[in-house]
Amino acid sequence: MSSKMQSSSSTAQARRMVQQLRIEASFERIKVSKASSDLMRYCGEHAKNDPLLMGIPASENPFKDKKPCTVL
Amino acid sequence: MRSPLIPEMATQEVQLNETLVHLKTESETLKSKLEEERAKLHDVELHQVAEKVEGLGQFVMKTRRTLKGHGNKVLCMDWCKDKRRIVSSSQDGKVIVWDAFTTNKEHAVTMPCTWVMACAYAPSGCAVACGGLDNKCSVYPLSLDKNENLAAKKKSVAMHTNYLSACSFTNSDMQILTSSGDGTCALWDVESGQLLQSFHGHAADVLCLDLAPSETGNTFVSGGCDKKANVWDMRSGQCIQSFETHESDINSVRYYPSGDAFASGSDDATCRLYDLRADREVAIYSKESIIFGVSSVDFSLSGRLLFAGYNDYTINVWDVLKGTRVSILFGHENRVSTLRVSPDGTAFCTGSWDHTLRIWA
Repeated sequence: MSSKMQSSSSTAQARRMVQQLRIEASFERIKVSKASSDLMRYCGEHAKNDPLLMGIPASENPFKDKKPCTVL
Repeated sequence: MRSPLIPEMATQEVQLNETLVHLKTESETLKSKLEEERAKLHDVELHQVAEKVEGLGQFVMKTRRTLKGHGNKVLCMDWCKDKRRIVSSSQDGKVIVWDAFTTNKEHAVTMPCTWVMACAYAPSGCAVACGGLDNKCSVYPLSLDKNENLAAKKKSVAMHTNYLSACSFTNSDMQILTSSGDGTCALWDVESGQLLQSFHGHAADVLCLDLAPSETGNTFVSGGCDKKANVWDMRSGQCIQSFETHESDINSVRYYPSGDAFASGSDDATCRLYDLRADREVAIYSKESIIFGVSSVDFSLSGRLLFAGYNDYTINVWDVLKGTRVSILFGHENRVSTLRVSPDGTAFCTGSWDHTLRIWA
């Protein structure tokens, strides 16, 4: 590759990097405090429907074996 | 320095060099500005905000089923939407479809390559996709006739120039998203095999990907050997956000159920949580005693628990909000290579280099 071609492909790469960074810089961000409370709120709202979190009785979970009953 | 024969070439070379210098300066300025902006909004830590949340009690999770049948390391698995079927793939080239309730094998296919690193169930439950060292992603329709030779109906969809590391159907059987050791991700039309969009930006092998929950729109996240996690717009092919805080390869990425965040697992022995709207890492899940890499992560249905499979054969269960470990699970006799929570959240499945899969609940 001639030195001119090498420079122009580095330039192309640098141009892409700058374009990418411009996109990322223009992003509208929110505060971590707001983001955190939203994550917490989601967890809270959905907790009762989370079987692995709440634990569900063996009779309702197809993977938990039901203990056989013996009628005496 | 060579002296150019034509004076114009000399001027052009100087101009290109000047442009390059300008671009590099602008790069550095933009990078500092990004760091500044992110830092301004870093007013608190997630675990501090989560102090007021009730702590979690003891968890009793055990292996409820063991799926035996692979002849070598299990590399990948995926659940069917019916919450009971599972597809798994192995180093020995076999792809098996199991009924996880009964542990019966329903289908088996032998791939023409070893190291089938990726497999996925189609949303309809009627097909599976897989690939690995063959650099391709192929789709096999699942026949109701158990005796039918699945390999005969195989459809080659994706072609990369290096190994296939992960694949996922989008919200229909019609499109597949892939990631590869060639450093790219790509979106394919299953019927025609046509490349619909490619995603360039990683500087090394891409190891994992996850699609945003459908309500959140058309984005996905990928993780790679360049230690970066990138968020992509599926329509434009553009990388819209990039996170580089891990200290080694990112082996697994998974969206938080709301779509506002994602978790990652890395060879640096940590899992991390990145909030997309705050545009930064908001939690690290690590312990001094944990020194082996994380191969795979997934959330429980509410997002409160993060399950992570490690190269030290264990599974650690983390309280996502408080950042603490709530449980450590033993059972596998070699590395845990893959982990997914079932679609209804009643159990999770792990695959291991010990040739087995386990269902935990």
